[in-house]
Amino acid sequence: MTTMKVLFLIFAAATLGSAFMVVTTKKMIHAAFWLIATLFGVAALYALLNAGFIAMVQIVVYVGAIAILFIFAVMLTRKDLRDSAKPLNANWSSAALLAVLSFGGLYLLLSQWAGFSSTEGAPVLASGMDTIGQLGEALVSPNAYLLPFEVASVLLLAALIGAVYVANEAKNK
Amino acid sequence: MTPENIIWLLPLPPLLAFVIIVLFTNKSNKLSHSVGVGAAALSFIGAMYVFISALGVEHFGEHPFTDSIPWLPLGEGWLEVGIRIDPLSAAVLFFVGITVFMIFLYSVGYHNFGQPKGDHDKKGYPPHGATVEDEHGHKHTVPSVEPMYARFFAFIGLFAAGMYTLVISDNLLTLFVGWEIMGLCSYLLIGFWFQKESARNAGIKAFMTTRIGDVFMLLGLAFLYTATGSLSYEVIFSEATLHALASTPAFWGLSVAGAIGLLLFIGAVGKSAQWPLHVWLPDAMEGPTPVSAMIHAATMVSAGVYMTIRIFPLFSAGWDHHTLTPAMSIIAFIGAFTALFAATIAIAQNDVKGVLAYSTISQLGFMMAAIGIGAYVAAAFHLVTHAFFKALLFLGSGSVIHGMEHGVLHTGDHSVDPQDMRNMGGLRKKMPITFWTFLIGGFALSGFPIVTAGFWSKDEIFADAFAHGHTAVFVTLAIAAFLTAFYTMRQITMTFLGEARTPEAEHAHETPWTMTTPLVVLSIFAVGYGWVGIPEEFPVIGGLLPNWFHDFVGHTLAHPLPAPEFSMIPLWTSLGVALGGLGIGYLTYRNFKSADAVDPMRKLLGPVYHFIENKYYFDEAYDYLFVKPATWISEVFTNKMDQGVIDGILHSFGKVSYFIGHTVRDKFDTPVVNRFVGDGSADAVQWFGKKLRKMQTGRIQQYMFSALGVLFIIFIALYYLVLA
Amino acid sequence: MIPISWYLIVAAALFSIGLFGVLARKNAVAILLGVELMLNAVNINLVTFWRYNAPETVTGQVFAIIVFAVAAAEVAVGLALIISIYRNRKTVVADELDMMKW
Repeated sequence: MTTMKVLFLIFAAATLGSAFMVVTTKKMIHAAFWLIATLFGVAALYALLNAGFIAMVQIVVYVGAIAILFIFAVMLTRKDLRDSAKPLNANWSSAALLAVLSFGGLYLLLSQWAGFSSTEGAPVLASGMDTIGQLGEALVSPNAYLLPFEVASVLLLAALIGAVYVANEAKNK
Repeated sequence: MTPENIIWLLPLPPLLAFVIIVLFTNKSNKLSHSVGVGAAALSFIGAMYVFISALGVEHFGEHPFTDSIPWLPLGEGWLEVGIRIDPLSAAVLFFVGITVFMIFLYSVGYHNFGQPKGDHDKKGYPPHGATVEDEHGHKHTVPSVEPMYARFFAFIGLFAAGMYTLVISDNLLTLFVGWEIMGLCSYLLIGFWFQKESARNAGIKAFMTTRIGDVFMLLGLAFLYTATGSLSYEVIFSEATLHALASTPAFWGLSVAGAIGLLLFIGAVGKSAQWPLHVWLPDAMEGPTPVSAMIHAATMVSAGVYMTIRIFPLFSAGWDHHTLTPAMSIIAFIGAFTALFAATIAIAQNDVKGVLAYSTISQLGFMMAAIGIGAYVAAAFHLVTHAFFKALLFLGSGSVIHGMEHGVLHTGDHSVDPQDMRNMGGLRKKMPITFWTFLIGGFALSGFPIVTAGFWSKDEIFADAFAHGHTAVFVTLAIAAFLTAFYTMRQITMTFLGEARTPEAEHAHETPWTMTTPLVVLSIFAVGYGWVGIPEEFPVIGGLLPNWFHDFVGHTLAHPLPAPEFSMIPLWTSLGVALGGLGIGYLTYRNFKSADAVDPMRKLLGPVYHFIENKYYFDEAYDYLFVKPATWISEVFTNKMDQGVIDGILHSFGKVSYFIGHTVRDKFDTPVVNRFVGDGSADAVQWFGKKLRKMQTGRIQQYMFSALGVLFIIFIALYYLVLA
Repeated sequence: MIPISWYLIVAAALFSIGLFGVLARKNAVAILLGVELMLNAVNINLVTFWRYNAPETVTGQVFAIIVFAVAAAEVAVGLALIISIYRNRKTVVADELDMMKW
């Protein structure tokens, strides 16, 4: 049991625990806050995987933007959801069964893969390797991922315009 | 920015200008021409930068600027597109940049920017002039602005993009793309005044005629691709490939290399208006004059020659420097024949642009002949100098026409053709800048000794032809050169010298600065560009400047040919025909005093003149041989085959089917199918629908349950069927 | 060091929790929260496989970043739809939004 393993277990437990709270807690605003906790936990897992940049982006984009959007949405749609109501619908038990089944199925699939039982850690990164620099170059290099990168930006623009159009009140009149 | 990046960007500004003008600025003349001229200026600067960078590279032939990107995945590999500027394309880029920019600038003045709108100008007609009232209440007729001003700049922008694409390509495929873009623009611009029937027909004629060549060129490209698996210059001109192509026989005694070269050359015959596909170019003069200058003199028709020089290694593969390959002989023959043949027609033309059109065909013939005898450097040299002085001459003739139109508007007599040289005369006093620049251009075309560029380039062709013993080509070209000098002097004399023969010519006017500036700039090149290619052994002035052009362009090929041995005979020939032609031309036409006078050559040549005047009846012959039969066959096919036979068969099919249909309906469909199958299945579906609609609860999460459930079932089934 | 299976199990668990949220929560906003959890699970897998199998390339990270962009777009449009629905129907309970039923 190395320090890293201990750290991992703590973060994983925090992530899964708060994720569980996200889907079960009664108050929506609390669910949104639990989501933030989950996202931080996932960011920590990224950091353990030496993916510093992804971890930062996770915090900035997910926590900073997406979670905030959720909080806004919760507050804007608040009147209806009196927190006394039940958070889960009538089918929750079969949903739980399905979730367990999917976990079991995934586990079954993964366990068939030869590398799954390996107890070795991640390969050591070459010293002085600049993953962030590489990543940045890969994103804007025409020989690598420039096109997906640009397509993603177009997607975001389309989503932006779509969101404004859909949520615009004036057109309903 | 490296030169490679700049090269990639060269076609972009004019292309963007096309898009911007078409989509956004077409309402504003000022914005449109600013965008167009600005784009041409950007590309011009880029082209000059690339050219100057190319000069700075030592052994540029071995280290050209190249770059390529994968474009289309093709099974095993990628189709790559890329750029390549080697000495040849650098030289072409140089003149394309300058002439295109100059012609854009010139178009501003030519289309009467800043003049009022015409009284009854309509889109699709040339402007007719506008009436204005000055402060004293006098009414004047002045030129009016072109009604489709913005459209013109859009089209020439697209054209320039095509030309740049063609020049910078590193493979025949993108070259062909640029080639076809120019073909389209050529069609659009010849038929620019589309309400005029002659312009419409000329556009269609040009398009159809060049299409014949292009189909063969496409065949050549396909042949080349099947034979080598590539269209990139790098691959197809490598020694191994050429050797393989040259040693494989194809048909009619040609090697594969020769056959491909000839097919591609037919494309060039169409584009560069060589005999027998020359008929479209004179008609193309229906377009506005800047178009004639740019497309049909300086750039597009040069593209054919450029391409032929490019594929020189292909059709000369297996050439031992003594006996020409069959493909080369054909090219030399067509070139030399066209040079002479078009020059004779030019003698009898009275349209100021018509003379230049045939002169262009003839000069392109010179280049083709030079390529055919292996003197590709001389051809490239003449290509560049010709582009300068022919653009200059066309723009000058446009200026003359413009001045004459001014006179026509002044007198109000619209029956006078402002393009007919017989109506001119004495314009040197009215339009001095146009006169002097036209004179320079004309002398360059005639090959006036020592000072003009045309002399040096033509001289090099002569020297090559003589030194390698191609006497037939040499003599033919010498006669053609003599005729060239003769008709040029005829044109200058009839247009500028002597006295005005009509009141319109008396009231002609010098044109605005936007038109004269390009003339002056181009005339500098028409003189100065010759000095980069003076043979070193030339008496007195040879060796003062190194023979830079031969050295530079010659290294495009891996094994450059040596400069031809110097000999006095071609030199004297070239001096003699140029000065002789000019002199005789002046002597013959200086007494041409009135617009109705009989042409002196008509007296001299008699019935032959009539023959020449009608361009050897080629148009009529083609009409009789190809157009009429095509129409006849189409009519026969529509009337007899289609409507009689095929329609008859189809109608009988219809009747039979109708009968069968009726029988089946009454005997089988209505009693059996409808009753049992039709109504029965509908009932069954309705019953199922009633039962199943309960599943459509409209609740999204229940749908998700069903979807996931099905997914699980499929997954488990697959797992056991496939994996286990 | 940490074996790769640990990460994969965490990701699978997170995915299943998200799936449960999507299927069982009443509130439409909460359904979107569940979707976010599932996307995060996928991202953990991408980064993990990058780290363990191909650390010299950047493909896994690039994919993760693309997933971020998709997630952001999805949330923006999804929440806009929910707000629009709320404005018209005064509810965000998924079961009550059954205008499309038979």
